[in-house]
Amino acid sequence: MLVIGFITAMLNGRMDEVNASLFKSTQEAVTLSLGLVSVLVFWLGLMKIAEKGGLLEKLAALFRPLVKRLFPDVPNNHPALGYILSNMVANLFGLGNAATPMGIKAMEQLKQLNGGKNEASRSMITLLAINTSSITLIPTTIIAIRMNYGSATPTDIVGTTLLATAISTVFALSIDRYFYYRSKRRERR
Amino acid sequence: MTIMNTFSVWFIPLLIGGILVYGTVKKVPTYESFVEGGKEGFSLAVSMIPYLVGMLVAISVFRASGAMDAIISVGKPVFEWFHIPAEVVPLGLMRTISGSGALGMTSDLIASYGPDSFIGRLASTIQGSTDTTFYVLTVYFGAVGIRKMGYALKVGLLADLVGFLASIFAVTVFFS
Repeated sequence: MLVIGFITAMLNGRMDEVNASLFKSTQEAVTLSLGLVSVLVFWLGLMKIAEKGGLLEKLAALFRPLVKRLFPDVPNNHPALGYILSNMVANLFGLGNAATPMGIKAMEQLKQLNGGKNEASRSMITLLAINTSSITLIPTTIIAIRMNYGSATPTDIVGTTLLATAISTVFALSIDRYFYYRSKRRERR
Repeated sequence: MTIMNTFSVWFIPLLIGGILVYGTVKKVPTYESFVEGGKEGFSLAVSMIPYLVGMLVAISVFRASGAMDAIISVGKPVFEWFHIPAEVVPLGLMRTISGSGALGMTSDLIASYGPDSFIGRLASTIQGSTDTTFYVLTVYFGAVGIRKMGYALKVGLLADLVGFLASIFAVTVFFS
């Protein structure tokens, strides 16, 4: 991506813009990470209490049939399942700043399950697929923008959004499965 | 809508209170646990910095050089052939690489076409039903130090494409 960008900039004569944006974005990245410190510290601190009290295991036990099907590699009642579920619930309610810490924590646990290797395991990619196609019940930001621009019916996109995310989530999970079995077949050869 | 608003305002305080009460009932040392978990949060945030710097630099150079505009203009006849409105194609691409950039584009589209127009509704739906794959990938994998992503990027990008097409389908079915 970087190299394509540099070559195009050469052809377009936009090297100045590229240089400017290069260093602006490094700064942006650090600001973004530090901005995440606050939510990560807060939510993970809170979730630690829930984890120690056994709340996450209970949550995992409650939804076991569903999650077991999505994440067959994760052992029963493993805390990773609790974090995965919290992540999904937070996404569902559009609580982005709570969903990210829980998703990251789930990733950490999945990495431990995978023997601490630095490659993505099957369950990690499934969790990622769920997050990129995230099902949202109420897209609050969009509704606010629509209200700002004087929409007569700001909420009438809730139905279409729900339909579209449902379709994309189902597809994401199917694609995920497809790629998993394809890579399995390749390994066997 | 007011019920939904009340609900979302109350949800977080109730959740936090619930967890604290639950921890106290279960005799968990709440404050110590909070600090312990919070420390992990800090180190996770710091460990994702190099990953985010790398990803955001690549994306910003790609955009500033005009490479993204070039892709859009090359692909235009293809989109037209599939009856995809050309106005939302940049938004669909932007959505995968930059959340704030996409939000800006959605606001622009809503402002210039009107929130209740076909394009306005379509932009809203696209914004609401897809996510910033590159960002999610970098943050989630970066925080725990995953370098080999396997087929994760392919899955994420295909899911975005499906979300984009599904948005067009849903808005067409509901509103015309």
